[in-house]
Amino acid sequence: MHQVEVATTQETLLDSPEMVLNMGPQHPSTHGVLRVILKLDGETVIDLDCDIGYLHRGMEKIAEHRLYPMIAPYWDRLDYIAAVSNGLLWVETVEQMLGLEVPPRAHYIRTVLTELNRISSHLLWLATHGLDIGSFTVLLWALREREEILKIFERQFGARLTCHAWRIGGMPNDTYDGFTEDVTQFVDNFPHRLAEYETLLSENRIWLGRTVGIGVISAEDAIAIGLSGPALRGSGVAWDIRKSRPYAAYADMEFEVPVGENGDTYDRYLVRLEEMRQSRLIVQQALAKMPDGPVNAKVPKIIKPPAGDYYHSIEGPKGEIGCYLVSDGSSRPARVRVRPPCLINLQALRQMCLGHLVADVVAIIGTLDIVLGEIDR
Amino acid sequence: MSIISDIVENTKAIIKGMSVTFSYIPKEKWTVQYPDEPVTMQPRYRGQHLLHVDELGREKCVACFLCAAACPSDCIYIIAADDPRAPEERTGVDERFAEVYNIDYGRCIFCGYCVEACPKDAITHGYNFELSVYNRADLLKTKDDLLITKQKQSPNYRVAFADEDVDSEYKEV
Repeated sequence: MHQVEVATTQETLLDSPEMVLNMGPQHPSTHGVLRVILKLDGETVIDLDCDIGYLHRGMEKIAEHRLYPMIAPYWDRLDYIAAVSNGLLWVETVEQMLGLEVPPRAHYIRTVLTELNRISSHLLWLATHGLDIGSFTVLLWALREREEILKIFERQFGARLTCHAWRIGGMPNDTYDGFTEDVTQFVDNFPHRLAEYETLLSENRIWLGRTVGIGVISAEDAIAIGLSGPALRGSGVAWDIRKSRPYAAYADMEFEVPVGENGDTYDRYLVRLEEMRQSRLIVQQALAKMPDGPVNAKVPKIIKPPAGDYYHSIEGPKGEIGCYLVSDGSSRPARVRVRPPCLINLQALRQMCLGHLVADVVAIIGTLDIVLGEIDR
Repeated sequence: MSIISDIVENTKAIIKGMSVTFSYIPKEKWTVQYPDEPVTMQPRYRGQHLLHVDELGREKCVACFLCAAACPSDCIYIIAADDPRAPEERTGVDERFAEVYNIDYGRCIFCGYCVEACPKDAITHGYNFELSVYNRADLLKTKDDLLITKQKQSPNYRVAFADEDVDSEYKEV
């Protein structure tokens, strides 16, 4: 990444209008322990560099010393807002390496809960993004809806955040009694709540002033950097792994991929709101089509994928999260590599921020929807 | 845009937003008054472990180390011992029992693999989530803390019935 050259002598500091400001790692608006080194002219950002690694836990190295099923809980702790989605990636990668046929009911339940997880991730994004920009009410309401989803997770998986949702070959349990009613109740109420957020924000003059034209990135630049997820779709590129390489039961679902036009913060906001509506439709379809039957495939007692390597990726709430897995035929992986969407989306930060004010850096970090647990791993 | 139309537009937007906000004032609150009121834990919740005993009060654990082997974070520490006494007087159901059974809650990630691995149903997840301590060493829980006969039910939570509505603790909005 670009290195900030810091003018250190006293004379230049006094003479020059430039100033170097450290934002973070304890800044509340950097969404975790991200340190942003800003070079400012007055309040305008003229250069920027990110310092990451404060949350590094060495997950990829830990995985080389664990049996295949034991690695699953570690995946929940990458992007802890989207633990269900991350867990799905790991079990699907190992299943496809083993050549396991997962029963269709398990695929459908996975689809329902992964989409609920996407809604809950976007709701937390909306809550914190709104708080960053100065809208406090939407924080309380979005967290209220998220709480309903977390209650469903607690009833189904036994935990609210780090769910440890899936097992290789299926699921730990079938759905609980009343699962369909709980989810139906949520998806029935949800459009009304979403309309309330729109009333609060979409035409709010302060919201428009803080988001329209801020952090613009063109479609060509977004593709060149490697953005994915809503950050890419906000620039008008209709790229979604759920459509292009369907996994779980997404091949049977009908939904649209919302795209923005201008690639600014406001468009990414609209894209995420529309994605929540589409996720709700997917949940409804999957519930309606849910087949009966077992939820677990026959899995060998000791999981030993054949020697070789495999790449699988899914559309997480933040973007394309991928897993590159190298097996040497033993019961422990030789190498696990995570393709982290947040880290790659963060690379666009400098380009988006140049020329904007310091206050807009906060809005742009919010619109990228980063989670530091995944960036640092 | 002239100043007057600007003011009119701004006022309209504010009134529209605030009307939604004010419409919430007469509605009932969603806030859960923890710890003044108990929170509801769902039946599958994975909290602090329980070490179970049989009807005679003997520990079910036979120190087979399967839970320790299945643990991804290596937080279970067991020392096995033999109890040569008559079956009714033993500490455990079997001759072999766990003399020491420690779980380090500084490491435990509450994944549930130990419960799935246990062949004797000796260890399960309880519902206690209030594990914070002032001293890091206190996170190491011994058999005295984990045995079901020694654990006390906290008044700060209750466990939901299996057929209870998921939103029962919230009021209608």
